[in-house]
Amino acid sequence: MFLKQLSVFLENREGRVKDVLKVLKDNDINIVSLSLADSSDYGLLRLIVDYPKKSKEILSENGFTAVLNDVIVVKIAHKAGKLQEVLEVLCECNVNIEYMYALSTGSDDASIVIKASDIEKAAKAIEESSLEIVSKAEIRSM
Amino acid sequence: MIWNETKECMGRDEMTALQSARLVKTVDRVYHNVEFYRKKMQAVGLEPGDIKDIEDLNKLPFTTKADLRDNYPFGLFAVPNNQIVRIHASSGTTGKATVVGYTRKDLDIWSECVARAMTMAGVGRDDIIQIAYGYGLFTGGLGAHAGAEKIGATVVPMSTGNTKKLTTMMKDFGATAIACTPSYLMHIAEVLEEENAIGDIKLKAAICGAEPWTDNMRNTIEAKLGIKAYDIYGLSEIMGPGVACDCQYHRGLHVYEDHFVPEVLDTETLEPLGEDEVGELAFTTITKEGIPLIRYRTRDLTSISRGKCDCGRTLCRLSRFKGRSDDMLIIRGVNVFPSQIEAALLEMSGTTPYYMMIVDRVNNLDTLEVQVELDEKTFSDEMGNLDAYAKKIGHVIQQAIGLAAKITLVEPKSIERSMGKAVHVIDKRKLV
Repeated sequence: MFLKQLSVFLENREGRVKDVLKVLKDNDINIVSLSLADSSDYGLLRLIVDYPKKSKEILSENGFTAVLNDVIVVKIAHKAGKLQEVLEVLCECNVNIEYMYALSTGSDDASIVIKASDIEKAAKAIEESSLEIVSKAEIRSM
Repeated sequence: MIWNETKECMGRDEMTALQSARLVKTVDRVYHNVEFYRKKMQAVGLEPGDIKDIEDLNKLPFTTKADLRDNYPFGLFAVPNNQIVRIHASSGTTGKATVVGYTRKDLDIWSECVARAMTMAGVGRDDIIQIAYGYGLFTGGLGAHAGAEKIGATVVPMSTGNTKKLTTMMKDFGATAIACTPSYLMHIAEVLEEENAIGDIKLKAAICGAEPWTDNMRNTIEAKLGIKAYDIYGLSEIMGPGVACDCQYHRGLHVYEDHFVPEVLDTETLEPLGEDEVGELAFTTITKEGIPLIRYRTRDLTSISRGKCDCGRTLCRLSRFKGRSDDMLIIRGVNVFPSQIEAALLEMSGTTPYYMMIVDRVNNLDTLEVQVELDEKTFSDEMGNLDAYAKKIGHVIQQAIGLAAKITLVEPKSIERSMGKAVHVIDKRKLV
C-alpha cells in the first residue's frame, strides 16, 4: 500500500538538479513525479520513479545523498472537491500531512503523493474509505 | 603627554639593568613556586643562579598555550590562591579555557600599563570614555576600564551588544574617547552615518585592539569619525590589553618593557632574531606575581624596532602584526581555533568531521559560516528535520566557541579532502 519515494539532498549550486536527472536518465530510470523543496541554503528533491531502490543505489554510487521512505499515492478523479475528500479522511483519523505533491496518472484522473505524520494510520483510513491507492505496478506502467 | 616618563623614556642601559634584576627575581620565584618551571629548568640542567641578567633569557625554556591547558586551571600560579584576587579566561584550542590569575599588585600594574596607553592616545582626566569591549572573563572590558579609571577619565562601561544605546550615549554624554575592537568601531561609524549624527559627537580618540587591523582601516576610521585612532595590543596570558600600544607617530606599538620582555624568534629554529626581523613574538613577564610566564610563545608574527621614537619614548616597538604562526582566528574579538569546531562536531552523533569555516566581514562586522557535510544517516525527506539538525549543530558550535555561526549543510564529499594539512578555513576578510 506504500510506495517508495526517493529524496535527494541538493546544495544550492548551479546544475545540481540536472546532475541528478542525468544520472537517472543514463540508467533508464523513469521519473513519474517530482517535487523540489528549497530553503535559502539547500534543496530537497523528492521523486517517484519506476525503480526506487535501484535509483538510490545508483545515486549513492555517484556521490549523492539519497534516502528512500514510504509515501501513500492516492488516485483522485479530475473533479472539483476530490482532493478535499482525501483530506477529510485523513483529518478524521487525526493525521497530519507533512507534505504532498501531485502526479498525473491519466486523462481521467490524477494522483496525490502524501507523506503523513502517521503513515500506517493514514493508509488504513484511506483503504477503508472509497478512495483508491496507486500500486507499484501502476507506477511502473506509467 | 607621557604617563610614566621615568619608565617610558628610560635609557637603554638603565632599562637593561632593571629588566635583568626583575628577571632574576622572576626566575627564582617560578623555580621555587611553580613545579612546571622547576621541572623544565631541571630537565635542561638550569638553576636559578644560572640566570644572571637579561642576556641569559635565551637559556630558559619556552612556555606555550598547551602548557597552560595541561596545567588547567591553576597549575602555573606562583602564589597561593588566597593572594589571587581576579581570574580571567580565554578560549583554548580544545574545550578547556586558558585561565589566568591576578594578585592585587598584578591588577595595579595592569591598570598602570593601560593608563600609559590611554595617555599615549591623548586621553586624560577631562575625557569621557566609553569602554565597548566585552566585560567578563574576557580581559578587554575590565582591563581597559581599570586603566581609564586610573587616569581619572569618566568611564562609561558600555560593554558590547547594544550599538543604538552606545551611539545615543556617545551623543548625549558628549563622549570624547572610546575603547573597542576596530571592526566594531567601523560599524559604530556606519550607524552614526546612517543616523546623520557624525556632526553631533564630540569623539576625538579611539583605542582599538583585540584583533588585527591595518593602517588603511585606521585611516578610514579616522576620516569617517574625524578622530585619532590608536592600536593597543595584549593577550590574557601576559596580562590583557595594554602590553603594548602605539603613539601618535604610529611607528609600531611601544612595549612596556619594564614589565614584559619581548623577543622575536625564528619560526623554524626558535632562535632569537635581530632588530626588524620578522618572527614569532614571545614574552617574559618580569613583575607578574599571579601567573608569571617565561618566554611565552604568542604565535603572533611581528618584528621589534629599537631606537628612540619622536614621541620621546625609548620603549622598543612592535611592527604591525603580520599574522599568526598557528591557525587561531580572531572573530569579533574572540579567539577561535578550528579544532574547537572539529571537537564539537565529533561530539555530536551523525556528523562527519568534514567542515569548512568561512569568515567574512559584512558591514564591518565579522561573520562566521560553518559548512558541514550531511551524511546519509542524518538526511531526511523532511525539511523540518534538516533545519532542526542544522540548528542543533549551530547550538553545539556556539557552546564550544562562544560565537553564533551560520550553519550550511553541504553534500557529502563536497568539502575538499586534503592530502597534507587540511584546510578548514576560508578567511575572506580583507585587511587592506
